[in-house]
Amino acid sequence: MRALHELLADKAFLAETMRKLMLARKFEEKVFDLFAEGKVHGTTHLGIGEEGTAVGTVTALAPEDYALVTHRGHGQVLAKGSHPNDMMAEILARETGVNHGRGGSMHLSDIRYNTLGMDGILGASCPIACGIALSFKMRGVTDRIACVFFGDGSMNQGAVHEAFNLAAAWKLPVLFVCTNNTYGMSTPLWKVVADTDLTKRGIPYGIQTYEVDGNDVLATYLTACEAREYILREQKPAFIVEHTYRTSGHSKSDGNKYRTKEEIAEWKAKNPVIRFTQVMLGNGFSPEEIAEIDRETTRVIDEAAAYGESCPNPTATPEDLEKEVYAS
Amino acid sequence: MTREITYAEAVCEAMSEEMRRDPDVFFMGEDIGVYNGAFGVSKGMIQEFGEERVRETPISETAYVGAAVGAAMMGMRPIVELMFSDFMAVCWDQIANEASKVRFMLGGAVKVPMVLRTASGGGTGAAAQHSQSLENLYCHIPGLKVVVPSTAFDAKGLLKAAIRDDNPVIFLEQKKLYRVKGLVPEEDYAIPLGVADVKREGADVTVVTYGRMVQMSLEVAEKLAAEGVGVEVIDVRSLVPLDRETIIASVMKTKRAVIVHEAVQFSGFGAEVAAMLADSEAFFHLDAPIKRVGAYYTPIPFNPILEASIFPTPERIEAAIRETL
Repeated sequence: MRALHELLADKAFLAETMRKLMLARKFEEKVFDLFAEGKVHGTTHLGIGEEGTAVGTVTALAPEDYALVTHRGHGQVLAKGSHPNDMMAEILARETGVNHGRGGSMHLSDIRYNTLGMDGILGASCPIACGIALSFKMRGVTDRIACVFFGDGSMNQGAVHEAFNLAAAWKLPVLFVCTNNTYGMSTPLWKVVADTDLTKRGIPYGIQTYEVDGNDVLATYLTACEAREYILREQKPAFIVEHTYRTSGHSKSDGNKYRTKEEIAEWKAKNPVIRFTQVMLGNGFSPEEIAEIDRETTRVIDEAAAYGESCPNPTATPEDLEKEVYAS
Repeated sequence: MTREITYAEAVCEAMSEEMRRDPDVFFMGEDIGVYNGAFGVSKGMIQEFGEERVRETPISETAYVGAAVGAAMMGMRPIVELMFSDFMAVCWDQIANEASKVRFMLGGAVKVPMVLRTASGGGTGAAAQHSQSLENLYCHIPGLKVVVPSTAFDAKGLLKAAIRDDNPVIFLEQKKLYRVKGLVPEEDYAIPLGVADVKREGADVTVVTYGRMVQMSLEVAEKLAAEGVGVEVIDVRSLVPLDRETIIASVMKTKRAVIVHEAVQFSGFGAEVAAMLADSEAFFHLDAPIKRVGAYYTPIPFNPILEASIFPTPERIEAAIRETL
């Protein structure tokens, strides 16, 4: 594992990290715009402001690791390597989408890059991650992990606690990542738990636990690297609580009535893209170099939207769909 | 060579043979090790396959059924034993929202080859939370296959097919049949899912049934044969996929249909079969209304007299058949 000063000296790594942050941000801003234009069917859950957790954590994963992402997982799937075109086409419900328009934003994931999940049932991916890790263990594969994301809102789901216990009891290589964005939809964490220190949730299960400022992408990356190394070395699960904030609404139904404009503005000012911009400027990047990443990612996302909109709708008949239900 | 073994032994034999054949097959559940499972099904398995492949779980159905979904997506073939089918309610999310849907939601990118074996049905004095027949709940979730074996022979062959299937299969074993013996070949065989079995041929009335009710229906058929009434007994064996053709063809022949199941009659599987027949060519051949025999609309009572009173009995089946004649 590299030290912070080594990362700061690695210009290519820093530029790539910013590229991933901006890609996630601009992808979701584009989805928001397309939604406002009435081009996105159904619903979508944006994680604007949470990019540091997605990029920092997923960058620490190896290609062969699995990431079980959340319903708010666009940034996680992008960071694992999926192409924005395939993802945008899915969100626009097209046949060429990564899930052929069968899943949409909420179930978007890409098996080619070992992302699974995008689960609409909160916490349900945690037991599934245990099974993925169990398959590694039973096959004697010790170089990869299953990383599962969930939010502070899911932290009280029985499935999460049952998975913590199973992973610990069976010594499974699972990285549990709680993206603590302060609200479960509109409900603040303090209202629904007696103790808001979620790191304590790892203790009774004997799970090695880490805590990090999720808006600091490098700190998140380093923490995830440390946790991943621990998992591979000990062949045991680990748990990270990553603190962040969702500046976008929960979904299209969100009127932001549960929080103040001042609170949102305060978090926007310390969002991970702005914070990482300062890090880059302090470590040898010029504003123009950063602006170039901005332009490049904007172009990629504009192209993704244009691609998605140009793609055909699925033409499957109900009878065709019935045939898809079962593997033959 | 064919010899007599119990239904429970047939289940054990199917699992063990498949585990010997395929290293990706493994077995998870509560107390399935030295205890041999609550119904003694897995006798000898932990000794043969060890604790890695006969994996005893915490009492944590959501965790281990979910883990089976994850392992199956990775190409393993988990067999999960849920001690009582009623406990399906505890892990319903993993069954109804995950196992059944993940393939479809991901546009066909993954398979979920897992079997959820569980003990189903009443008649054991286990009362309301350990006696239900909930098969119709699973039938209503596209993505699951639903199998209910009625004999030791079928149990072995159907379970082998279920383990080899690339989809989640709910395998509902009948508690009351675990100790019933039947002729079972020692050699390998699989019974394809979706093929009904005509357990007895007859010309006058078709009884469509499955599970524990097959034997009861056969006894009634035997009795009525003495009066010259030919009862054809169809064991559907797999509810999903359903062998519609065999049922429809039989009813077109006999012109009468009675559907028998242990599950609650209201909104039960019999309603689907009756509707399917009413909606088919067979309708034009019917000489009598389609009859259903199922359990009364009540939780399973503890008292043995009360419990027996709510389930189908030979008398109720016979009466239903006579109504169609």
